[in-house]
Amino acid sequence: MTQPVNPADIHNTILAQQKAEDRKKLAINTVFIAILLVAPFVLYPVFLMKILCFALFAVAFNLLFGFTGLLSFGHAAFLATGGYTTGYLLSQHSGLTTELGILAGTLVATVLGLAFALLSIRRQGIYFAMVTLALSQLVFFFYVQSPFTGGEDGMHGIPRGELFGLISLEDNHNMYYFVLAVFIACYVLVQRVVSSPFGQVLRAIKQNEPRAVSLGYNVDRHKVLAFVISAALAGLAGSLKSVVFQLASLNDAHWHMSGEVILMTLVGGMGTLLGPVVGATFVVNVEYQLSQGPLRDWVDPILGGIFVLTVLAFRNGIVGEIQKFVRRNLG
Amino acid sequence: MTEAYVLETRNLVKEFKGFVAVNDVNLKIRQGDIHALIGPNGAGKTTVFNLLTKFLIPTRGQILYKGEDITALKSATIARRGVVRSFQISAVFPHMTALENIRVALQSFEGNSYRFWQSGRRLNRLNERAMELLDAVGLTEFANTTTVELAYGRKRALELATTLAMEPDVLLLDEPTQGMGTEDVERVVALVRKAAEGRTVLMVEHNLSVVSKLCDRITVLAQGAVLTEGDYATVSADPRVREVYMGTESSGERGAAPSVPEAAS
Repeated sequence: MTQPVNPADIHNTILAQQKAEDRKKLAINTVFIAILLVAPFVLYPVFLMKILCFALFAVAFNLLFGFTGLLSFGHAAFLATGGYTTGYLLSQHSGLTTELGILAGTLVATVLGLAFALLSIRRQGIYFAMVTLALSQLVFFFYVQSPFTGGEDGMHGIPRGELFGLISLEDNHNMYYFVLAVFIACYVLVQRVVSSPFGQVLRAIKQNEPRAVSLGYNVDRHKVLAFVISAALAGLAGSLKSVVFQLASLNDAHWHMSGEVILMTLVGGMGTLLGPVVGATFVVNVEYQLSQGPLRDWVDPILGGIFVLTVLAFRNGIVGEIQKFVRRNLG
Repeated sequence: MTEAYVLETRNLVKEFKGFVAVNDVNLKIRQGDIHALIGPNGAGKTTVFNLLTKFLIPTRGQILYKGEDITALKSATIARRGVVRSFQISAVFPHMTALENIRVALQSFEGNSYRFWQSGRRLNRLNERAMELLDAVGLTEFANTTTVELAYGRKRALELATTLAMEPDVLLLDEPTQGMGTEDVERVVALVRKAAEGRTVLMVEHNLSVVSKLCDRITVLAQGAVLTEGDYATVSADPRVREVYMGTESSGERGAAPSVPEAAS
């Protein structure tokens, strides 16, 4: 294959390639949306909603981890904050419609995310991870001690209420399509963020931070914005989850949850858009299947084994390995 | 008086715990010059670079750019003002194409770097300028190649093009020919000469034949302090310079350095 050396030709090739990518993205999105639209007629909607909530959580986490290169070990704090805030408001104020409760949960998580970011963003690598872990532990102990969360027992009986005061979410199918709509909106948003002018700068920062600085970018501020968007979406995932299960529990605030989202992202494929979705689906399914059978006490060791295997043998995760395979054999 | 100098340091000092890496350095870079910073390894050349661009914070002293004190500014701000540096190791974005590398630099002035809601396709309007810059360094045919796949010399060329995309007034080049074969060195010399038109260049360089060909003025650093300054003939005739380089030669330093006196002719 000979490369054309005329700049205009090369430029046209690049533009054509961009168009092809856009078409591919649209096609994949359409297929997945179609599958998700019919899924509740085949599978139990509550189980699907669980997957969607965790998938959203992992997508949010991956924006920071996979696309900015920041490993936060404190994302459980945002999931839990979204859940508790929404749960508390919907339980205490019967006049509040569900979407407003979810919005409020997301907002509080966003503000918390900003606080975390401002305190941690100047640290690099492992120190960044440790600061976020320490902060999320503070948040955890706050929720353990606060009476409104129900402590170890969790917050029960959160009403699902009515969407816009009109559509009852007690019905699982209604609830499902609401969760799906939010999920799709967030997924498309992240897709947009990653390819936006801002996303290009994040890519640059991830690949060579000093160079990005020397090209005039205020790297810290870009990282803060990425962190806040990520925290907001993680909070939204927590808010949705508390409405779906009518429960906000301490599990969501525990550092295990911060670890689990790393697992989901790595297994699915960090730095890919679909990776966290696939990873969350995989992990939630494995947990569910194992908990039904004789291996129910072995869930954590088995997930740990999968984690080790992924890191050692399948660095790119499920989606990453598939992409690599397709590129090598069909590209 | 100061206006003649585009970049100036006054009594610049950098101390690391109990070690003075840069000691009382007064640099004066004239507008339009290609100015070389040479000296044996460990002389503090790269540290001076890092201080000028605030990748390190000076312990004491002042940095002036066009007569204005920029000592307190951040790295990114200094870059936007027009003092842009390259790095010793090739500083590229490895998993972007050559075109995308240049666009990152051009985007710096677009004011859209926080717009997470906009389509990235808006950046296509930068393509034309990016292609021009790639053409200037002979990389047109690699525009759509992922940078990690480029040969070392081409990565350095791409880095230079990226730096030029910032339209710097002062270009700081940290060993632009390091690790290159003769052919690549020739190409870089030509590129730097072209890039220097209408701007000021301060470069750290070990290859003294490059220095002799390119540079109007040379500052020799040794042990963190300025040893001498002048044009190539003056500096290379200075017995102290010879001593510094010979001294390092006997302790097993790189081979290019001792050729100071020979290259002078």
